[in-house]
Amino acid sequence: MLSRTANDLYWLSRYVERAENMARLLEVGYRIVLLPRQDEGFHEEWRSTLESAGCLDGYTQRHGELNSRNVIHYMLFDVGNPSSIASCLASARRSARAQRTALTREMWQSLNGSWLEFSAIKPASVTSNSLPELLDWVRSRSALYRGAMLNTILRNDTFYFSQVGTFIERADSSARILDVKYYHLLPSSDLVGSGKDNYQWVALLRSVSAHRSYRWVFKDEYRPLKIAEFMILNRQMPRSLRSCYDEITLALRDLGIFYGARNDCHATAESTRDLLLESLIESIFQSGLHEFIQDFIARNNKLGNEISSAYHFSD
Amino acid sequence: MTGGGGEIRAPYRAFAEWLGVQHMETLRQKAAEAEVLFRRSGITFAVYGDEEAAERLIPFDILPRIISSAEWSKLEQGIEQRVRALNAFLYDIYHRQEILKAGKVPVDLVIQNSAFLPEMIGVDPPRSIYSHIIGIDIVRTNENDFAVLEDNTRTPSGVSYMIENRETMMHLFPDLFSRNRVRPVENYPDALLKTLESVSPRNLDAEPNIALLTPGIFNSAYFEHSFLADQMGIDLVESCDLAVIDGFLRMKTTEGLKRVDVLYRRVDDLFLDPLVFDPTSLIGVPGIFDVFRSGRLAIVNAPGSGIADDKAIYSYIPEIIKFYTGKEPILANVETYNCRDPEGLKYVLSHLPDLVVKEVHGSGGYGMLIGPRSTTDEIEAFRAKIIADPNNYIAQPTLSLSTCPTFINAGIGPRHLDLRPFVLVGDQVRLMPGGLTRVALKKGSLVVNSSQGGGTKDTWVLQE
Repeated sequence: MLSRTANDLYWLSRYVERAENMARLLEVGYRIVLLPRQDEGFHEEWRSTLESAGCLDGYTQRHGELNSRNVIHYMLFDVGNPSSIASCLASARRSARAQRTALTREMWQSLNGSWLEFSAIKPASVTSNSLPELLDWVRSRSALYRGAMLNTILRNDTFYFSQVGTFIERADSSARILDVKYYHLLPSSDLVGSGKDNYQWVALLRSVSAHRSYRWVFKDEYRPLKIAEFMILNRQMPRSLRSCYDEITLALRDLGIFYGARNDCHATAESTRDLLLESLIESIFQSGLHEFIQDFIARNNKLGNEISSAYHFSD
Repeated sequence: MTGGGGEIRAPYRAFAEWLGVQHMETLRQKAAEAEVLFRRSGITFAVYGDEEAAERLIPFDILPRIISSAEWSKLEQGIEQRVRALNAFLYDIYHRQEILKAGKVPVDLVIQNSAFLPEMIGVDPPRSIYSHIIGIDIVRTNENDFAVLEDNTRTPSGVSYMIENRETMMHLFPDLFSRNRVRPVENYPDALLKTLESVSPRNLDAEPNIALLTPGIFNSAYFEHSFLADQMGIDLVESCDLAVIDGFLRMKTTEGLKRVDVLYRRVDDLFLDPLVFDPTSLIGVPGIFDVFRSGRLAIVNAPGSGIADDKAIYSYIPEIIKFYTGKEPILANVETYNCRDPEGLKYVLSHLPDLVVKEVHGSGGYGMLIGPRSTTDEIEAFRAKIIADPNNYIAQPTLSLSTCPTFINAGIGPRHLDLRPFVLVGDQVRLMPGGLTRVALKKGSLVVNSSQGGGTKDTWVLQE
């Protein structure tokens, strides 16, 4: 396969996944903003939403003050924001057009359809009442694309690169959500478990569509330690770091077999997966959740770079 | 659809019967459905300088153009004769130039032509073929005859529409295909792949690596490039994927560098190699011409093949066919007046309101005068251009386009059309029974080019 094709497939998956994550983050942010609050939490929540999305600096430069209208616009429509949903869909569609030959008709049509429909939306027409519907739509379009991909794509390098892209992006997003919620909302570690922060943790679960599945797994009330365990180490939870790395190692292993060669990226992915397999949530908290997540994000980035060099993405 | 006497021509009979019992409303719905199908699959055409409609659909007409088996077999023979002669001509003018020495074609017309590449002199492309993929624009001149309006020997486009149009028709009107025995065109990509394989410079037991070079997603024909690469299962490459290393053309893959043996390029000659041609080109590959010259790469179509479709050369094609085949041309040219020739110039200047005048190097319907549709001022302005540079113009009568029933909002009406069959030249000549029918959508208009708002139709060649 052409290196450029592999690179585009990898990023195409990342952008589709990112669009979905942006929609999830916005939804949670918005839900919390709607809750009755006494303090300055209103702005703080938008700040943490932007921070989770990796958009805070960009937003501040463009708008300065935080307000719902600007935040929503910045994350949905601003093409100057490379992570906005508009930018993600445009980038995904651009890569897809360049790689029409690597995509099945269904994959292309679902992406092209999403892009056409989204482009037709006038930002001014998006009111707070219509926002939830729009965010639902973004998630369902992402699901449609993934469904089309899983149902129709050949199980060869096109599939493996797509999978790796999806799960590296998802791992990054889950880790950032965890980190920001933890770090910014609970600056003092003795607050953990105090009950005050409970709804923040539930919101976090909501953003990964897991507040119900948590109950099925733990049959217990929401507890920060358990929630963190669920999001980091649980192998059943499809957006946990562990799940993402199960998928990444599997796709990389298949890629290695397909090409008959292993690279640095294989060892890196496996060691990160082993870490997630062997760690206990208690010891993670003891040595610092924030430090653990920062280390994870760095490893995940390193893996991305190693994949890019192993398969000559940018030669 | 109807002949001179007004009766329905034989190949259209079954279709006309069907059409007679269709409701206008049903047809209108089908036309709308067709548009949705095209839009959804992204079969678009980029129009340069048209910012708003950067990706436009070529309008598709749901009424097919039908050609009988007997008509087709004559076309087939004429086309084969013509493409063999065109390739023989190309070989000759880049080698011994016998035809110029024999005085059959004016020397300066070839040598001073910008489509003639001196760099190609003495170069031997695999199997001595220059133009492998040729689109020949044909018009019906009367009930029993066709004539060639134009040859396209460099990078003819439109073949993807031939295939997609058929696909769409079969989807919309399956019953029509059971009433009419229409010969299939779907195996074009297969035939193209075989043609490309057959010109590989590598020994035959080594499976050749074939790639299609596109200028990129902003090119007007990008859809077609990706469509063809996909249908053939070959890589669609851009210049950034290619490099000349150790004397071979290589492409950058996930497993490192891989040799390319055959490159189907959809990039113009002058952009192909910045070291040899336009040094500012970013869509070419430095050094690629050397690899080609040394026989380690087949470039399809070969550089320099554009000289054979130059509009000034066109009027000499009957001579060219006679010279290389020793036979009379089976397919005539449309009557053409060459303004470089004083007689021709005189005729053209005195008949401007009746003629279509074209720039010799122009394409896509740009830079032309359509006499009957132009104002006196436009005609006078064009007259001045012709007088200033007569060598740059040819002219043809306007009556040479026939019409075919076409579905328009108000109903069904006659529209002018032409036909571009696609022919492949490799170890053998391969011709699909069909082609791209282009139709002028405006009433009375003679311009069928897609860049000028023309549409397309499915083209049926009937089985005996």
